[in-house]
Amino acid sequence: MLQLRDKNIADEIIKKIKAIGLKLKIMHVCGTHQDTIVRHGLDVLLRNIGIEVIQGPGCPVCVTTTLEIQKAIELARNGVTIATFGDMLRVPAAGTSLQQIRAEGGDVRVVYSIDDAVKLAEKKEVVFLGVGFETTAPSTAVTLLNTPHNFSVLSFHRYIPPALDALLGMGEIKIDGIICPGHVSTIIGVEPYKPISAKYKIPQVIAGFEPLDILMAVYMIAKQIEEGRHEVENEYIRVVKPEGNLKAKEVLQKVFRPGDAKWRGFPNIPQSKMLIREKYEEYDAEKKYEDILETIEEAPEPKGCRCGEVLRGLIYPQECPLFAKVCKPSNPVGPCMVSIEGACNIEYRYKDD
Amino acid sequence: MCLAVPGKVIEKRGNKAVVDYGGIRREADISLVDVNEGDYVIVHAGFAIQVLSKEDAEETLRIFQEMAENA
Ligand code: SF4
Repeated sequence: MLQLRDKNIADEIIKKIKAIGLKLKIMHVCGTHQDTIVRHGLDVLLRNIGIEVIQGPGCPVCVTTTLEIQKAIELARNGVTIATFGDMLRVPAAGTSLQQIRAEGGDVRVVYSIDDAVKLAEKKEVVFLGVGFETTAPSTAVTLLNTPHNFSVLSFHRYIPPALDALLGMGEIKIDGIICPGHVSTIIGVEPYKPISAKYKIPQVIAGFEPLDILMAVYMIAKQIEEGRHEVENEYIRVVKPEGNLKAKEVLQKVFRPGDAKWRGFPNIPQSKMLIREKYEEYDAEKKYEDILETIEEAPEPKGCRCGEVLRGLIYPQECPLFAKVCKPSNPVGPCMVSIEGACNIEYRYKDD
Repeated sequence: MCLAVPGKVIEKRGNKAVVDYGGIRREADISLVDVNEGDYVIVHAGFAIQVLSKEDAEETLRIFQEMAENA
């Protein structure tokens, strides 16, 4: 439908970026962006002209904490049926995983959407693991508003803008610009990024998922810096409306309230987690199974895994000593190698040959 | 993982719609969007999250094309 892979156009955009002549470090927070970047070799191409592009905390499964995964595991151990997206099964936590619990007889089901989990709940009590940012969370919210039976959610949903704010505020890493995630922005629109650009004087560009979208976003960031601007611009106008998706924002607001939470690799990030409002607490697995969940103590991170630093953009996957040696998709040590949105997994898949 | 490819709404049935991705048909929930049969939608985890506007799609293409021509 769209001719978004035209090689000549790509060459022209790269020429223009090169002509600006800046050495830049740009962060994005989206597994699908990382997939496009590595699959099409844009990382190498851009590095050759002085532009580094790194993935920050943009993989929902990866930023889910060990403690959160332990909660799901503990419920499964107690005979509760867990329904979740496939990637969650293999994340190691406290020496086990949901997959292992399933092998030991636990009822852990893989679903493709929350609808499948609701259908499953027609027969038995189901807990759905709500993983994902603003893109995925509205589907959870709509579902809860439809008053499902035998159903509750362990919400691991998170808001992206507070994480960007936290990361820049930590000041560990100097980032010159941010490529904002296309489909998170589809929901939240342009506005929520503006305070971040103002506070840290950093350009941000919302981008789509084609190679040309990414190159264009890099060009727009370089151009802003050249001109001394730090604004939020939208490259993905064919999908992202300035106001976002109003219906989706409304259901999010209705069902969730922001609360402080840790992210893997990060200390507490204020107002970054979607907690289910009291009004809907009958669907909140944290409340429903409080007696089982409150006793869990957080296990240490997998030994040697440097996911935390990968998620903060401090190291590339290859800089982890375990990468591709001990840690592979077939034997993942950390979530960044488990999830198809994780930087380690993406690097391994495309750079192996 | 975001599915970047838009699908075409073939048939609406209440909150659900049949969406066609170049020959492959899947059901999607459409309660988060206002959509008509024939529109293109972006679907995420079984839910349509936005309707793709044809004008904006063409505008994107035009910008890219312009970049190539102005070189
Ligand atoms: S390569 Fe494996 S062990 Fe190293 S940071 Fe990535 S997931 Fe963790």
